[in-house]
Amino acid sequence: MEPCLDIRRLSAVLPNGQRVLRSVSLAVQPGEVRALVGESGAGKTMIGKAVLGVLPKSVRVVEGDMLVEGEDLGHLDAKARRTLIGARTALIPQDPLTALNPSRRIGAQMTDRLVRILGWSGERADTRIRQLLDEVQIRDPERVLKSYPHELSGGMRQRVLIAAAFAAEPRLIVADEPTTALDVTVQKQILRLIAQLQRDHGTAILFVTHDLGVVAKISQKVSVLYAGKVVEEAETARLFAAPQHPYTRALIAATPRYTDPYASLKPVDESVLAGLAAEIAAADKDWRPGHG
Amino acid sequence: MAEPLFSVRGLKVALPDMTRKPLIGRAPLAEILKGLDFDLPKGSVTGIVGESGSGKSTLGRALVRLLEPSAGAIRFEGRDISHLSEAELRPLRRDLQMIFQDPMSSLNPRHTIFNIIAAPLRQNGLGDRLKARVAEALQRVGLPQSFASRYRHELSGGQRQRVGIARALALSPKFVLADEIVSGLDVSTQAQILTLLEKLAAEMGLTVAFISHDLSVIRRLCQQVIVMREGRIVEASATDALFDNPKETYTRDLLTAIPLPEIDPDWLQPKASA
Amino acid sequence: MDEARISRRGLGPRLWLAGGWLVLALLAAIFAPLVAPQDPLAQDLMLERLPPFWLDGAEPGYWLGTDSLGRDLLSRLIFGGRIAFIVAFAAATSACLLGSALGLIAGYFGGWADRIISRVVDIWMAFPPVLFAILLVAVLGTGLSSVILAIAIIDWTRFCRVIRAEAMSQARMDYVESARIAGYGRIGIMLREVLPNVLPSVVALLSLEMGIAVIVEAILSFVNLSISTDDPTWGSIIAEGRLSIHQAWWVLVFPLITLILTVLSFSQFGEALKARFDPVLR
Repeated sequence: MEPCLDIRRLSAVLPNGQRVLRSVSLAVQPGEVRALVGESGAGKTMIGKAVLGVLPKSVRVVEGDMLVEGEDLGHLDAKARRTLIGARTALIPQDPLTALNPSRRIGAQMTDRLVRILGWSGERADTRIRQLLDEVQIRDPERVLKSYPHELSGGMRQRVLIAAAFAAEPRLIVADEPTTALDVTVQKQILRLIAQLQRDHGTAILFVTHDLGVVAKISQKVSVLYAGKVVEEAETARLFAAPQHPYTRALIAATPRYTDPYASLKPVDESVLAGLAAEIAAADKDWRPGHG
Repeated sequence: MAEPLFSVRGLKVALPDMTRKPLIGRAPLAEILKGLDFDLPKGSVTGIVGESGSGKSTLGRALVRLLEPSAGAIRFEGRDISHLSEAELRPLRRDLQMIFQDPMSSLNPRHTIFNIIAAPLRQNGLGDRLKARVAEALQRVGLPQSFASRYRHELSGGQRQRVGIARALALSPKFVLADEIVSGLDVSTQAQILTLLEKLAAEMGLTVAFISHDLSVIRRLCQQVIVMREGRIVEASATDALFDNPKETYTRDLLTAIPLPEIDPDWLQPKASA
Repeated sequence: MDEARISRRGLGPRLWLAGGWLVLALLAAIFAPLVAPQDPLAQDLMLERLPPFWLDGAEPGYWLGTDSLGRDLLSRLIFGGRIAFIVAFAAATSACLLGSALGLIAGYFGGWADRIISRVVDIWMAFPPVLFAILLVAVLGTGLSSVILAIAIIDWTRFCRVIRAEAMSQARMDYVESARIAGYGRIGIMLREVLPNVLPSVVALLSLEMGIAVIVEAILSFVNLSISTDDPTWGSIIAEGRLSIHQAWWVLVFPLITLILTVLSFSQFGEALKARFDPVLR
């Protein structure tokens, strides 16, 4: 089966030549949730941004290919790439408040993308949005559509953004830490909604998170990142049953588990970090930019 | 049982509600804490847990008297400190210390780490042997001595939080408020900071109030837990009792909502907890 | 941190060019009697309206030509610089001290102190500044000290507004609360925690204000409200140059260039200084 998203040997550098992505390869099959897990500075958000074509100006992709449903983004001109990305992908952002314009009503912001980018009629967009609001279990769509972002709770705002992301039936959604800013009870509701809609619509999701707990619950496959390098990639069930890389093992052991307080919350061992540093150095030694 | 370090009775705190402030005139007061009763035994570590809007941070700030209660009493070593003036509080500051959530914002970018740790020492009559005291504080939190001359931006997140701990503990206080001190950190760093605090609390015989939105990090650290919701205490009990046998539905919801790093296909099923 | 280093390197030429011009102009002004080729007040009708050195009819020793009374333009500009810099430093510093102190108090303490100070600023800023200045000098009488006083009285609001806003955002930082926990009083916190963090903005504004003071002084001289017309000031030279623009353009153009370069240098120097201090700490 052709992957929905296929990233091959993607490398990116900062202006000072420092590598931020190190030959990252990963594939997301249609309808599957692939988690991208790592700590701060691991480059997980960077990969999401690269897929959506919104990398910061200072980051330069120096090698590698990205294919969305078999189409190589590198072979398209800027406009065609934007059209393709706009039609087939969507984003669920981390902070629902900054992702919404504070001075416009929710309704207008939700239909905007459908009308302006995809050329839908206003009526069709409106019907579609109401349908999605129902799917994310918003019971009073009238009120929500007329509200301004600050009038809704964090959980409500995230529901709105999930509805907006699924509205255009994208093939792939990049979810960038979508529950990090939420309370734990709200997080559970939101994760449940994302899983439900993902199943119903058969959408593939690249789920960026720092929380292995979330990874365990939502994903089928997972890539563990460290310093812009995929250190382990596996089916989620296998990763938790038998983690291969020492860093993965250390991360799992560091993640708190209230059911087993003394076997969790273990600080990452220095030797693991030293091993990682050596691994990164070895990878950088043989690497020359520009191949690909 | 011996006299508790803190004894809180009928505590209420009201703060101006800026969202309802009229165009002209004062903002109306909103009651954040609606009558709390609890004790913090000497030498105990107490978890204060709640979601946003529960009032847990307001409670913490009232304990160290950054806020003044609107009603009720906060007794510290038997003395009611709820309405002491800033000047009357000053001698007590030495014993009421705090570690902040965001080490970025709690460390002044213009001061060296030495000056940051030295400030409370100077202010509380421990200005002699300053070098030695700062060195000891750094060593206690596992930072090299060379960090004394550095600035905040030259440190990683975990190191910054260690400085925050060093500053709070430099005075050997009786009480430390730890306000969400690991919520901005990576899991690996989080584990280090929690282990460090656990060790220091035991070594120094500290009484700690550990505020967190996340029940999962407090089981090992805390002996008792207070669960808060909307300005009230939902449940307060010994840690193991609370985790093994939560009495209130809300506590149970909080616990089951935590995604454990384990495969559990049922977790996302709609009716797991409605 | 890497980005900070890059932007710092990028700022180099701006800082050096602006600083270079200011140092040059300042040294020339301080050592005016030694540097100026001629007596700035010496009139010689035989030498009236000499063109600058590269044009036909120029006299050696009169590099930028002379005005309609035969006075050497370069020497007048150099001596005019003395007044420009005195006004710049004195007026800008006074405005800065007054405005920053009030802004710091309003921003950090808030409450009634903020309400009173902010109202005064609002009222102050409702006056058109140049008219305000002319009015003030008319009341205070002409002379160097009244020019300085007028500028300080008008422009302190610029400092007050900016520093108030910065102090307000600083006051919300956790390190301010942390200082309370450490046992510091309000004034101690303001001086120890807040002031160092607003200082880069104060410095940038101060430099900008010096440029503005130079302009205001020139405007006042231009309308003959500054100091006695005998002493050359850039504004009075411009005013005279305006009258003979068709016969001797240089009398207008050179002081204008001097004025613009100086004002621009002050603002650029301030910006560059601030940027040098700041990004490292963000």
